[in-house]
Order: sequence, then structure tokens, then C-alpha cells
Amino acid sequence: MDTQVFDMGGIDIAWCPGCGNFGILNALKKALAELEIEPTNLVLVSGIGQAAKAPHYFRTNVFNGLHGRALPPATAIKASNPSLMVIAESGDGDMYGEGGNHFLHTIRRNPDITNIVHNNMVYGLTKGQASPTSLRGFRTPVQVAGVFLEPFNPLAVAIALDASFVARAYSGDMQQTKEILKKAITHKGYALVDVLHPCVSYNKLSTYQWFREHTYYLDDSHDPRDRNEAFKKATETEKLPLGVFYISPERATFEENTGIYKENRQPLYARKVDMGRLAGLIEKFRT
Amino acid sequence: MSKPSALFGHVVRLMKQNLSFQNRSDVSIVLCGQAGMGIQTVERFLTQIFKLCGYHVFATKEYMSRIRGGVNSTSIRVSSKAVRALIDRIDILILLDKGAIPHVRRRISSKTVILAETAALGDDFDRSQYNCIDVPFTKIAIDIGDKIYSNIVAVGAIAGLFGIELQAINEYIKQYFSAKSPDIVQKNVQAAKAGHELGSNLVGSGKVAFLISPDSRVKDEILLSGAEAVGLGAIAGGCDFISAYPMSPSTPVLVFLAQHAKEFGMIAEQAEDEIAAMNMAVGAWYAGARAMVSTSGGGFALMVEGLSLSAMLEIPIVVHLAQRPGPATGLPTRTEQADLELALYAGHGEFPRIILAPGTIEEAFYLTSTAFNLADKYQVPVFVLTDQYLIDSYYNVAPFDLSGVKVDRHIVRTQEDYQRYELTPDGVSPRGIPGYGKGLVVVDSDEHDTHGHITEDLDLRVKMVDKRLRKMESFKKETIEPELIGPDDYKTLVICWGSSYHAVVEAVRNLARDDVAILHFKQVHPLAEKTAAYLQKARRTVIVEGNATGQLAKQIKLYTGIDIHDRILKYSGLSFAVEEVADRLAGLLD
Repeated sequence: MDTQVFDMGGIDIAWCPGCGNFGILNALKKALAELEIEPTNLVLVSGIGQAAKAPHYFRTNVFNGLHGRALPPATAIKASNPSLMVIAESGDGDMYGEGGNHFLHTIRRNPDITNIVHNNMVYGLTKGQASPTSLRGFRTPVQVAGVFLEPFNPLAVAIALDASFVARAYSGDMQQTKEILKKAITHKGYALVDVLHPCVSYNKLSTYQWFREHTYYLDDSHDPRDRNEAFKKATETEKLPLGVFYISPERATFEENTGIYKENRQPLYARKVDMGRLAGLIEKFRT
Repeated sequence: MSKPSALFGHVVRLMKQNLSFQNRSDVSIVLCGQAGMGIQTVERFLTQIFKLCGYHVFATKEYMSRIRGGVNSTSIRVSSKAVRALIDRIDILILLDKGAIPHVRRRISSKTVILAETAALGDDFDRSQYNCIDVPFTKIAIDIGDKIYSNIVAVGAIAGLFGIELQAINEYIKQYFSAKSPDIVQKNVQAAKAGHELGSNLVGSGKVAFLISPDSRVKDEILLSGAEAVGLGAIAGGCDFISAYPMSPSTPVLVFLAQHAKEFGMIAEQAEDEIAAMNMAVGAWYAGARAMVSTSGGGFALMVEGLSLSAMLEIPIVVHLAQRPGPATGLPTRTEQADLELALYAGHGEFPRIILAPGTIEEAFYLTSTAFNLADKYQVPVFVLTDQYLIDSYYNVAPFDLSGVKVDRHIVRTQEDYQRYELTPDGVSPRGIPGYGKGLVVVDSDEHDTHGHITEDLDLRVKMVDKRLRKMESFKKETIEPELIGPDDYKTLVICWGSSYHAVVEAVRNLARDDVAILHFKQVHPLAEKTAAYLQKARRTVIVEGNATGQLAKQIKLYTGIDIHDRILKYSGLSFAVEEVADRLAGLLD
């Protein structure tokens, strides 16, 4: 499929020239096109932030909700109609800060959705404050003495929670990012892809060059089924590993666990209330 | 166990005093005990057994926010006619534990028969002022095996007092404890038998008679709580997705729906917090489900951001908001009607909404089901505003009529050029859902264009605000009218809303005046057009509200310009009792 099916055409993109978000946008379009995903069957769910605008640059179904709240509706959309492909995409502030609680519990819930987090370690839309993943010492107009909080480690947290699929990519490498996204999208269950990317306007610390120097790809010797090894890799900070860190043993998804699709594959909107059964239930209150 | 002969002596004394309750067609029984003593089991048991025997029954409980200890009580009315409101008067008081007397002192009189063991009355209680009958509930229970059975001894005793056959209780015990071991069933049967003997002996050879006769119609009726009625109403409204975070007093609705979710193909999810619950519900509607959230004050406060989201996305939402006293944690297990303004003004920005406030168990069912159709049709938030009192009260009602209940879905199959926010005369844009049709469904919490994409076109912004607000004019045409009870040529109009309905109706009936009518609002926003006309006809208006500031009175003033003359307000955490409304009304009318 041609990636053009996802192009909006003639739109004004609000990102800065050279923004890492472009790389993620293009990698995702390519991944979806190669997987032959129809725009009508896809829902992109996002929150608020620069990264959260990505769905507006996509020709598909879009649910652009509230800051930090992409995962609950994404879970519910998938559960209400499992035939839809659902991707929740937003930034590090949105997913790990404002939406931190949903991040934890969505991993536990394990809906069959893909969670793409644009991680540039800074707040772009509000003009340059620290994000949960900002490195120590990062100075901003708010963190005037430099960040002194321990950076949030989304991969380690996800692996600790036995997330179904955990990966990290770097937007400067579109080819590899696309491949990682394809694995995440086709994985059954919750799949996290934390995508490192530079913010050319507000992060002068983690630049394109910094990422090139501070990342490396996991090679074939890494077994993503080995949770302890994955956790060890996730806690490396000198150089950040890229690739698929962890794939948990397969377990039922949230939609499957609801139990309502076992005998009836129809989405909720196509179903009817069983009024006879309801009458029977009301009848039980007679005794 | 006391000797039967001693008990019989008590009965004779009671008879000599010609107790008024014996001649009532309506007996009020109150049981008090600690949390954890099984007071709720007694309530469930007795209401079911009375109902099965053809008596009209009403029950409500008031309880402390704790799992063990404290003082909890349940009030049960048994009658030959329909009874549906809390009364203060207690005819039979059963104390299962000490420390309860101060809790009920204002409700008892020399006519109250108190069944309790001496220790339960407390040292400073003057027994000579009351009809106290020493019943060693604990000792009987311990003799059977554990003091835990004392609640079933009480069930047996009350059944005995009403001449209910032991067999009926035994059958119910076997059914109720079916999941327990045969030993536990047997001990409960023994406990009931011991209590029953006691109660029967008290009545003696049929000389103490209650003039309560069964009503043959009761048999065909259903007995359920407000929470169950809301849950059934949700199912009837096509609810197939409930997301909530447990919070008293809304929790029983979540529990009920979770227990029946599988058989009705419903998703019931306990979210990590109310924020997630609300955002899930909005997402579910977006994908074509019919979702509801169920919560109480503080939980709803967390949902407010998501409520505003639903308004901007023009995605329907049904909010069951069970009120309890605030601010903040307030009185978690008590009742109040103080969140009308919260429901009305919740959410940043300006957007229309509908607020329904059931006053009865029937209304809890029908209005909850209606809420889904209204939400779907107008793509607005619809509230079902209940409270602890309505949620936790039980009484028998005619079985719900499903013939008029239908699920109106307003979903369109999209075409390729589909625009989610097409500007329309009534403000309602045809609602497509993803994966149904050739179009794309784009929704955005930012101000958006007709396609749903983010915009800062300020002329379009004005059009979008106007479009959203136009829906209010559209759904006003479907406003549920207030109900007038009483003469059309009233001089005094008593206004109430929500759960105070039955207390007000019974109080006004007790006043027996032909110039007083009641106007009960079951939709509290927007108010019916006729509201002003009803009020203008009255020489005097009185409003009864379970809050401290007269929240509906303020709305009436805002929309009709009319000041309500008098306000009967209550905000102690307890619901209105019939006598209280009657007394306060009488004080105003004389």
C-alpha cells in the first residue's frame, strides 16, 4: 500500500522545521502502509502536546482527547470494537507525567493496542520545561538549577509490570523505527514503543548528535523473552539500547478477558439488548 | 433463654397497655447493631420474607463509614398498603448491641416495644419509661454455636411476632446460604427457630394481633433497591459499557452491573481512577458503545475534565451521580441533595446538558433507560442524579413495563466525504463511528472544523459554540414534565425533587388538606416551560430540599424569576422522614 493513503495533503503542520516528530510520523505511515492497514479501520488516539498533534497529520480515524488521557479511551475503543486497529500516540509529558497512572494500569490491563511515545525529554508545547524523562542537570526556565529528579524510566517500569511488548526506537533512524513499529503493531497485546527524538527548539542537551553518540542497537544475542536481561538493558544509562527489549509470554488481552467476544464477534454497536433476558432478570426480583 | 412463661407475662402487660402499634396497619421496625453484625442480612431477609407473605414493605438503612463496630440501623416498614418513605416512629426496636439507644432515642416513645438483652440498653437507660422485653439474642446465638447467629435469631423473632410460618424462613435461609456449608445452613435454621419461638410466644395464643393483612397484588410485584433499579434501567437503555471507581454510595450500581455484565454482553471495568473511568466511557461511545459512569461527589470531581471533553467531542455520556454529603470526603455513607449545582456547572467552557433526578424506584429504572436515548440523540451529557437514600432503599413496585422501552441508536453509516461536525439547524450532527462506513471519524478536544480537525479559525469557533448550544433548544422540547400531585386548585404548592418525593407525598397526605398540592421535578435541568405557570397559580410556595442552600429554588428563580416563599432544608446526612416534613409544613401553613 502507498503511504499516500495516510497523507492529509495541503495542511499546515505545527511542528518546527527539523523536529524529530516528522521522522516518527513518516515511519508510522510507512509501517502501516507495509502492513496494509486501511485508514478506515485504524484509530489514532492522542492526548495533548506537540507529539499529540500527529494524528491530525494522518488521514484516518482520530480521537484527539485530553492531556494525559490517551490510553483510557484507546483501551475502550479497542474493547468496544476489537476489529479496529488502535494506536495511542503522544509525548513523554502526556504519557509518563500527566497520564502516568493510566500508563501503569493500561500495561496491567493489556489491551491489544500500540502505545507510541514521542520521547524528547522536554515539554515543547509549553515552551521548554522539564519532562519526566529529562536528564539530571537539564536547565530550563522552571528548573533553574537544573533537573534534580531521577528521570522516569518507562522501559524499566513497563518490564517490571511484565508489559506484553517493550521497545525503544530513535526517530533519526526511520528505517529501524519503522521495523520496530511494525513488530509492535502486529504484536498481540499492549505494545510500548518509546521513541527517542530531539527537540530542536528546547532541548540543547539531547541533540541529534547526542542521540547518535548515546544509543546503540540490541543485537541478535539479546533474547527479548528474558525478562531479567531486558530489565538490565532498560537500566543502562551510559548508552541507551534501541530495539525490542522484551516480549512477555502470551496472555489474554483485555478485550478477550471481558468474555463478551467468545461467542459473539460483533462489536458493541451492532448488538441488541436481550429484552427477554432482561424481563427474566426483573422477574427474579419477585421472589 | 428466658422462660416462655416470663415472656408471656410481658405479652399480657403489653396487651393491657393496649399498644397503639397493634392497631396500626403499618408497623415500623428498626434494628440496630454494629457494622459487621449482619444488619444488612436481616434487612434483606425480612423484606424478602414479608414480601413473599404478601405484605407491602419498605426498608432503608443508615450506616457508618466503617466495616466493623459503630452503630448501624435499618428501618423496615410492613404494611397492608404501599409504604415507600422513611418514618421516624419506631414500633418495634431490636437492639443487637449496646450503645444504640442514643442513636434512636428521639425516635422511640413509651409505645415502642424494645426487644433487647439488658446489657444492650446501657446503664443510664430508664427501662420503666419504655416497654422493654429482655431477649438474650447473644446467649441464644452462642448456645447455637456463635454470636454471629444473633441477627438470624432477630429475624426469627420478628417473623414470629408477625405470625409468619417458620417454614417460609427456613426455605429462604436455605436459598440465601446455598453457597455455605450444610452446618452453617443448619445453625441459621436453628437460630431462626429459636427466635421464631420467642416471637410466637410473645404473641401468645394469637391475642396480640397486628391488623396487617396481606395484599394479593404484592405477590406479583418486584422488590428491589434504588441501585438495582438504576442498574436494570441502564441495561434497558442499552448500556453495554460501565467504567467506574468504587465510591459510596454509587458502588452498588457498579456491583450490580458487573454481576450481570456477562449475560448482557456488557463490559464492566473498574478503572484505576475516575479520570480513567470517564475517559474510557467517552472512548467507548466514540466506538459505538453506550457507556455509563457511576460515581459520587469527589469521584465526579475527577471526572469533570472528561465531562468537558465529551461536550467538545459531542460524544454522548451518561453519568450516574449518587450524591452524598460534602465538601471533600464529607459523610461518605450518608445522604444529601447538594450536588445539583455540581452537575449543573461541572466542566470548563459552556455546553448544554440534561439532569434527571429520579424520586422513586420506578423513576430510577425508566429515567436511567431514557438517559441513554437522550444522550445518544442529542450527543450531550445526561445525568442520573440519585443519592444514598434512594440507592439504599427498597420497596415493592409493579414489575417494570418493557413494552415502552426501546434502545434508540443514532449512529449513521458514514460516506467518504463524512464530516463529523457538519453544521445543522438543530445543532446535532449525524454521528458516525470508526469502522462503520467509508468515512473517517475525527474528533478533537481542541476547537475543530467540521471535519473534526484542529482549527484556530475564530469565525468558525463562534459557529461551533452556537451549534453546540443550539442542542439545548432542541432537547428542551423533550423536557420531562414535573408531576403534580393533589388538587388542581391548590393554594399552597410544595415543590420537591429527587428522592424526597415519597416523604413529601406521605407528609402532605397526612396533613389532609384540600388546598395543598405537590410539584415533583424528575428533570431538574433544563426546567420545564410550565414551571412558572405552576408556581404563579399558588398563593404560597414551599420547597423541600436535602441541602443547605436551596439549590433547586435558585434554579427556579434563575429560569422563572420567581422566589419560592419558604424552604424546608435538611443537611444532617439523613434523609427526610415523613413526620419531619409534615411538622415543618404544618408549622408554615398554620
